[in-house]
Amino acid sequence: MTLDDLRTALKAVPGRDWLDDAESRVRADPGQVSRLFAQADRRMGRERLAGAGDWTAGQAARAVLLATLDDAGTVARLYHEGDAAERLAVLRALPLLSIGDAAVPLLHDALRTNDTRLVAAALGPYAARLDAATWRQGVIKCVFLGVPLNVVADLDRRTDRELTAMLSALAAERAAAGRPMPADAADLLERTKEQP
Amino acid sequence: MRIFDPHIHMTSRTTDDYSAMAAAGVRAVVEPAFWLGQPRTSPGSFTDYFDSLIGWEPFRAGQYGIRHHATIALNPKEANDPRCRPVLDLLPRYLVKDGVVAVGEIGYDSMTPAEDETLAVQLALAVEHELPALVHTPHRDKAAGTVRTLAVVREAGIDAGRVLIDHLNEVTIDLVRDSGCWMGFSIYPDTKMSPPRMVQILQRYGPERILVNSAADWGKSDPLLTVATADAMREAGFSADDVDRVMWRNPVEFYAQSGRLELTAKPQEDTFAGSSILRGGS
Repeated sequence: MTLDDLRTALKAVPGRDWLDDAESRVRADPGQVSRLFAQADRRMGRERLAGAGDWTAGQAARAVLLATLDDAGTVARLYHEGDAAERLAVLRALPLLSIGDAAVPLLHDALRTNDTRLVAAALGPYAARLDAATWRQGVIKCVFLGVPLNVVADLDRRTDRELTAMLSALAAERAAAGRPMPADAADLLERTKEQP
Repeated sequence: MRIFDPHIHMTSRTTDDYSAMAAAGVRAVVEPAFWLGQPRTSPGSFTDYFDSLIGWEPFRAGQYGIRHHATIALNPKEANDPRCRPVLDLLPRYLVKDGVVAVGEIGYDSMTPAEDETLAVQLALAVEHELPALVHTPHRDKAAGTVRTLAVVREAGIDAGRVLIDHLNEVTIDLVRDSGCWMGFSIYPDTKMSPPRMVQILQRYGPERILVNSAADWGKSDPLLTVATADAMREAGFSADDVDRVMWRNPVEFYAQSGRLELTAKPQEDTFAGSSILRGGS
């Protein structure tokens, strides 16, 4: 998904005039972005946005507002001052912005939470910038929390011997407790454990 | 039977409570910001608390199928500590959030000049942000506190129909009823109000503008006393429709004045990448 895809899809949303106006206001006065960012969900709607995968209209509008400024300090502030839905929108927008590695600390913050939506969003495409140890812990946390592993970007390519060893150890603990591993984690282990 | 608890401090409650509430018919709650037993000493403690009320706590409630909204304010007790007063400057950033459906709990604790000022300032914030206000009445000197509260509400210029005055009893109900404000009753195991007394009040006054809550928190309280009161209403001969009005439609009508009450499922919150992820930790 690109910003242009989201902008195109947003053209069909009844709230698009609000968003156009919000973008102009933010350009004229970046200080207004906090209030407008907070309103975006209720103005644009929480429904899936046609033509934009699993993005909602509100999330796409928030990504557009973030891209209007494309500033790492603003991104971090909106995340830290946001409610759960705002933080989720920031995390989803990160790969679409031009802020380099500056937002990696936000992934660390999200992975410290126990909110499965935030943990899942922290392991999207922007997690390519996350160090291997933190990324592995994030994947194992998904298995613990019951988050499906299809949320993890680049899972098979990035799975290494350390992660496979951690999954094997978890599988052994689960077997000892008589509890099953989630099927997708068992499959990942099966696919990767024979690799050199 | 569907129950909307319009005032409950879930932060202080366990997951067992959520589970029991869901099983008994509680489908929605509003959690007002208040004090936590241990007085706080800095604004940072409040931001973490407020963030929880619009972050972690709604997620926790969602795991049990319960919709969670919040009201945000600096409570009167801590308004008396100068170290906490800068919290007032942080409120505007919270009062624009989707999950915030009123300014509250505001009101009086010891009726000090600091409480006068913070009550007036926060009623003005409610007007500015087009939000209703949830106003607590003091535990000590309640009748005098209620009179003074209503005077400040009148001066603030907020529409009486957008104000809920809470923790009422037989002595204070007439004052509030005459004012046009909504009337809240907190059903407690020993203090405030009991299910049989609540039924008598409803028999005498009818269901109009009356809300019933458990106000359950970290003290001796019970999150199922809303359900017990609904049962007591049925036993006393109230119809299922009367019970639904008091326990669901009245709180919905009051908080819907915020324009932000969201009682349908939000698909993007309940799923991610097309899969349910509200199963929680193990």
